[in-house]
Amino acid sequence: MQRFTCGTAGVGAADAARAGGKAAALGELARAGLPVPRGFVITAGAFLLHMDEADPGGAARGALGSLAADDLDGIAGAAAALRARVTAVGLPPDVASEVASACAAFGAGPVAVRSSATLEDSAEASFAGLQDTYLAVRGTDAVLDRVRACWASLYNDGSVAYRRRQGIGEDGLAMGVVVQRMLNPRSAGVMFTRSPVTGDRSVVAIEGTWGLGSALVGGEVTPDSFTVSKVTGEITGRRVSVKLRVHSFTPNGQGISASPMAFPLRRTPCLTDDEARALALIGRQVEDHYGAPQDIEWALLGDSPGHPALHADLADRIVLLQSRPETVWAARDREPIASPQAKASDHVLARFRRAL
Amino acid sequence: MDGNASAPRFPLPSEIADAPGAEGWRSMYPYFTRFQPDDDKRFWFYNSMHFPEPMPAFDTITAEVPYSAIGANTARVFVFPTTLGIEHRIVNGRVYITANPVTDPDEIGRRAAVFGERAGYYYENWDTLYQGWKMRIKGLIDEITSITVPELPEFDDAAVVTESRGVAQNHYVRENFHRCIDLFSVMWHHHTEFLMLGYGAYVVFFQFCKQAFPEISDQAVARMVAGIDVIMYRPDDELRQLARLAVEAGVADLFTEGCSPQAVLAALAERGEGGQRWLSAFERARDPWFNVSTGDGFYHHHRSWADDLTVPFAALPRYVAQVRDGLLADRPTEALRAERDRIASSYRDLLSSEEERAAFDQMLGLCRVVFPYVEDHKFYCEHWFTSQFFARIREFGALLARSGVLAEAEDVFQLHHTEVDQALSDVMLAWAAGAPPVGASHWRPIVAERKRILEALRGWSPPPALGPVPEALNDPAVHMLWGVTQTTIEAWLRPSSDVVRGVGASSGIVEGPARVLTDVNQIGEIRDGEILVCPVTAPSWAPVFGKIRAAVSDIGGSMSHAAIVAREYGMPAVVGTGDATKRISTGQLVRVDGDRGIVQVIG
Repeated sequence: MQRFTCGTAGVGAADAARAGGKAAALGELARAGLPVPRGFVITAGAFLLHMDEADPGGAARGALGSLAADDLDGIAGAAAALRARVTAVGLPPDVASEVASACAAFGAGPVAVRSSATLEDSAEASFAGLQDTYLAVRGTDAVLDRVRACWASLYNDGSVAYRRRQGIGEDGLAMGVVVQRMLNPRSAGVMFTRSPVTGDRSVVAIEGTWGLGSALVGGEVTPDSFTVSKVTGEITGRRVSVKLRVHSFTPNGQGISASPMAFPLRRTPCLTDDEARALALIGRQVEDHYGAPQDIEWALLGDSPGHPALHADLADRIVLLQSRPETVWAARDREPIASPQAKASDHVLARFRRAL
Repeated sequence: MDGNASAPRFPLPSEIADAPGAEGWRSMYPYFTRFQPDDDKRFWFYNSMHFPEPMPAFDTITAEVPYSAIGANTARVFVFPTTLGIEHRIVNGRVYITANPVTDPDEIGRRAAVFGERAGYYYENWDTLYQGWKMRIKGLIDEITSITVPELPEFDDAAVVTESRGVAQNHYVRENFHRCIDLFSVMWHHHTEFLMLGYGAYVVFFQFCKQAFPEISDQAVARMVAGIDVIMYRPDDELRQLARLAVEAGVADLFTEGCSPQAVLAALAERGEGGQRWLSAFERARDPWFNVSTGDGFYHHHRSWADDLTVPFAALPRYVAQVRDGLLADRPTEALRAERDRIASSYRDLLSSEEERAAFDQMLGLCRVVFPYVEDHKFYCEHWFTSQFFARIREFGALLARSGVLAEAEDVFQLHHTEVDQALSDVMLAWAAGAPPVGASHWRPIVAERKRILEALRGWSPPPALGPVPEALNDPAVHMLWGVTQTTIEAWLRPSSDVVRGVGASSGIVEGPARVLTDVNQIGEIRDGEILVCPVTAPSWAPVFGKIRAAVSDIGGSMSHAAIVAREYGMPAVVGTGDATKRISTGQLVRVDGDRGIVQVIG
């Protein structure tokens, strides 16, 4: 009987407290039939069990929680000490054996090990990017190492400082971990199911670059951007940028490497129009599933950059890595643009009374 | 160095020099069309949408009368609060226009009160009034069709005596000619009776959509409103039916690429029952559906299909081949209707409140009430009526040619209508006096000189605009009807070498060799897979759309009929580029991006 792990679809939106926000969101996508990488989730219970050993009684965590938000030195010192404990203590044996057998199901291929904090990615507070993700991890031992590293990253200086500023306590905080098949995408990026610029809900705004999305998320490349109408599929905006660098993972090594992008592809759009439209369609499905605009990470599988796979069905090449509610525009109220009038023609009469 | 001196600007009207070899052009046009010194202070743009070629003297009536009618309706009849009419000027044969805004708040307020009552009455009663309009316009068409040109025989008709009519035939030369001119004016008053109100309803819906969905494309808005049973598609639909009948009646072999209409018609007459069946169907289709101008009804030489069967017969072989191969489909009207409604309801669902949805329903509902007029009036006015009008004027030209005043009937179009009036007086007098008219020595040299001048004017490249750049140009009617916005003006000021920018009127991206046509008579040159680049896209070129991969025009907005036809055919279109025909050459490889409104020369 599995106590600490389950398949991706074993959790759903309601399980953020048990598995962390990222895992819950991925599980929800999987349950909705949307494409996510094959993988499994290490639940927050494993973290808590580990912390019983690393920080018995929660004394270190309590101390961290009592620091002032502007005591950055204090935070840095206490957080580093706690991280060191988390990575120094061996994994609880039950957790280690469950994770090892889940890893075995993947065979020898590389995996991504991703943090999934229990407060992360809620609609109210975006924790994006504060905890660690490890790409192209190979071998069970390395995975077990990275699981602890993910847990430790809950106490990254930035995360702790963020919680102090937001007044979020350390009590009851936990961390799930998502382990999934490492993708070697042709292109990857993010999409918003409304315009981040204008708030327009009728379009999907896509940003992408060649290779892994980490180059884009990390700000190393200026992504290409596409705006696709949800309603008509028209591409109403397209900006192709010069993509100087690409992140990829080497087939045999650990981790990923950043390298200069091959010249001919620097100015080539990383998506065809059909691919952009297919992404937008999936984005819309995610939005419909959640009933609100989403901020989605995606990857597009294919052959090497510039040589899209010709035979695979386009929809089968898209994989979603994350989806969280869009928070910026959702928080803004606006006055109705127009209200119904006594007669339809009153709209026109009123318009032509104003100077144009 | 003065920074302003190098800032891009348009020439002032007074800075325009006469086109070389065309120095006498002023004598062709009435004095009131000439630029005045004060006109240098205003912004003018070249109306190449309606007037893509130099104006023959007679054809200036297609500027004079419409502007007289549209201004009357907006400024005086419906009293639009913020806009008066449109002024036009002719320089080097080209028509430039400017819109007259009302800016004084008191005046706007005073006008608004009247406007509310009058426009409100039309919107409230639109369907009934439009039904009445169709009856009236058909009455005008019947009348212009039935006008005759007196024969002026040696002895007048005996009935003048037996019925004691008291008026001899020569009187009717002038009366009937005047009636043609008068009917043309009445037609244009009808044309513009609903025009601004129709577009007004659209503009309001358009602006609402742009506010609710800042990134919505112009064509997505247009698609929510577009009618399905649009009369402008009917001539093309008739051709498809004739192609089907050709196959069914066993006469399909006669329709080959490059066939001569006369030869085919003669051969059909020899083909027994099948041939007869096709010919009688052809006659039924021809009247009225071939009364479609190969242009937009603004030039006498844009002959209708009825006068020049070359255009429909150029399309028939292709349609016949498609019927044979089982590829000729009817317009999928049900699917189009379902798609239109899906788009509208999808946008409606995305609105943020029930209040907005209720307003959306009202505005879209009103648009769909007014749109049958917006989409169909061109067939009745510019095509059907105007084809008949030019045909009548041509018959008066034939009288002048028979009388020796002109060398040939077509020369009548080298005279302004007031000059035709004079020449006809000459003929009336001569018939009465029993002497030859004296006009030959007067008019023939003038006609010859004007033909020469027109040729010289063709070589002149009109600047897209004249005068100071306006600080704001946000007149939605100018945007909707002419595709001219602040962005267009910017692009006119800063032309870049290999990118031509315009309004994306129909989405999609294609590449192909360009075929630049500056004259409708060249449409036979188009080959399959080419990209049409033309001054103005005319919907009656519909058969051409079966061959081309994309359409590009110098002027036109997202509601120009070409945009509608391009969307119908699902091909990219970029309209309102300003000068695509100047900057692209036939044979160049171009990429047309109908989403972004960009045409790029790539080879």
